[in-house]
Amino acid sequence: MAEPAIALDGLERRYGERVALHGVTVRLEPGATLAVLGANGAGKTTLLRVLATLLRPHAGRAAVFGSLLPGDGWKVRGRVGYLGHDPLLYRALSGRENLAYHARLHGLEPARVEQRLSAVGLARRADDPVRDLSKGMVQRLAVARATLHDPDLLLLDEPRANLDPAAAEALEPLIGRASGRARVLVSHDVDGALAEADLALGLRAGRQAFCAPAGEIDAKTARELYA
Amino acid sequence: MIRTAAAVLRKDLLIEWRTKEAVPAMALFTVTVYVLFHFGLDRDSLDGELASGVLWVTLLLAAVIGVTRLFAAEREQGGLDAFLLAPVDRTAMFVAKAAALFVYLVALEIVAVPAFAVLLLGPDLFDGLPELVLILLLADVGLAAVGALVSALAAESRARELIVPLLLLPLVVPLLIGAASATEPLFRAGGEPEDLGRYLALLGGYDLVFLLIALAVFDFLLDD
Amino acid sequence: MFSKGLRPLAVAAVVTTLAAFALVFFYAPLDADQGFVQKIFYVHVPMAIVALGGFVAAGIMAIKHLRTGDSSWDLRSYVAIHLSIILGTGVLITGAIWAKASWGHWWVWDEPVLVSFLIVFLLYCVYYPLRFSIEDPERQARYSSVFAIAAGAFVPINFTAVRLAEAVTHPRVLSQTGGSLPGEMRLTFLVCILAMTLLFVTLWKLELTAKRTSAQLKRLRSRLELRAQAAG
Repeated sequence: MAEPAIALDGLERRYGERVALHGVTVRLEPGATLAVLGANGAGKTTLLRVLATLLRPHAGRAAVFGSLLPGDGWKVRGRVGYLGHDPLLYRALSGRENLAYHARLHGLEPARVEQRLSAVGLARRADDPVRDLSKGMVQRLAVARATLHDPDLLLLDEPRANLDPAAAEALEPLIGRASGRARVLVSHDVDGALAEADLALGLRAGRQAFCAPAGEIDAKTARELYA
Repeated sequence: MIRTAAAVLRKDLLIEWRTKEAVPAMALFTVTVYVLFHFGLDRDSLDGELASGVLWVTLLLAAVIGVTRLFAAEREQGGLDAFLLAPVDRTAMFVAKAAALFVYLVALEIVAVPAFAVLLLGPDLFDGLPELVLILLLADVGLAAVGALVSALAAESRARELIVPLLLLPLVVPLLIGAASATEPLFRAGGEPEDLGRYLALLGGYDLVFLLIALAVFDFLLDD
Repeated sequence: MFSKGLRPLAVAAVVTTLAAFALVFFYAPLDADQGFVQKIFYVHVPMAIVALGGFVAAGIMAIKHLRTGDSSWDLRSYVAIHLSIILGTGVLITGAIWAKASWGHWWVWDEPVLVSFLIVFLLYCVYYPLRFSIEDPERQARYSSVFAIAAGAFVPINFTAVRLAEAVTHPRVLSQTGGSLPGEMRLTFLVCILAMTLLFVTLWKLELTAKRTSAQLKRLRSRLELRAQAAG
């Protein structure tokens, strides 16, 4: 059997004396989608950052594609794509230059950049500096960046922010269920997230409120997280 | 690792070329300070140790500007995250940043040293150009290494603009001693470079030690 | 954990300090040139040596902190730097007094040890603003350790560089440390160094114990609060 995309067991992460994450236990198979729900400050972003190997676990077990974090985190960096609140793009450089930089960091061929630019519909504006692009375009570029290296696991924090329905639709093959990648999805659109997820994880003040197949979670349970 | 460092360096130089934030500011600052010295010291021309001191102290103060800006883009635009997400050797970030700072310093000196010669140096005092270039390059290596380290140390601090000069300036005192002492005889009429070897050795030793230290500890600044 | 051995250490420190005082005032001969004021040298130089030793030791503890990730090493390093800075202020003050009494100026650039000490002192003073302007506690500790290591390595380099510069322009007028001291002075001097070192280590252990205890207290208190919250 293939390794799970994510295997967390009692994951803990502190911020000084405060608990950011505690006792998070979840297992996600390759290609499946995990919806992470919770109010602001519940630890959703922290969880994503731990999975992205940007933060190290303080206690518990965390493995991505079988590689144990933090020690073996470097092994999976090429397989994880992170799309957070920050697009991680340099405003003074153009879209093409930004993607070319990321391509070099990941050791990818330059042709990949052109292909992605077309895929997100930015081929014509690729030479404009990022600061001249609208929020929607920046988001599309960020998606291009996050998927440039064809990651097997996508970590998505509000991926459809600033996107109109047509743009969101166009990005489905890259970051949606259709992409076939394992996904961890953080969204405030509870119903939407549950609809496209296989598993749902609820966080309240850093602690795990529930973790169950998405179909078993009803809207009421989910909304209690925000109470 | 070198390839990654080259990619980061290329990106940094491209951004600097586009935004022109660091080097012009450093150059302008330097020339302005020369003017201040002219009025402050009430002298038309300097020679010997005074000239050497003014040149080097001004360069170091200008370097503070470059050091403060070095990690600014990463911090403000999330560039550090992008780097950390990539399957690369993290030491490459230090190498790239130090190399970038080195380039900025050399660019600065191409403007600042002739400006100094024109504004403040007495006539016919500029004989030892090859030696001066050697001193400048050696000093720049040390400055680049320490500057990159200090920049990263201060990057996460709320008081970054204050911490950088306070941290950088004491650390470069040995470098100042070596560089200024070595340059001093070059600015004296009919002066021969004395003790040049001794001071170059000091500069070289300083460069080596801080490069090694920075390479050893830098990763800990990036980890979380 | 830190308080192990604190009492015998404190006793040893007090005893040695008293012995040092006795030696300084009753045993060591009066200096022919400078008279009684020269005796401040028995405080000034040991203080400087111990302070510098403290800085370097803090650097080594910082290496251990980064290697093991154990935050108690960071605490040890912090306290060592803290105490060395306090000692350092004493060094500069006693140095100024000595300079005034010996040469008539409050400060002299001829003494490479004093000069390089000033630079080191200025550098370490930045430890506090650096440390406390970083909000994430873990990052704060890590960055402080990086600083302590770089600064610790800086101490010998700086000393060499300043020595180099001064040796050329101002040949050393006075030779103080070790080497050419007459027997009675040397003995007094060594005892003073020992006393200062013991004092430093005692204060270091004392402060560590105090900090540990108050941290434990805070933890217990917050645990109680959490329990009260969960119950209520």
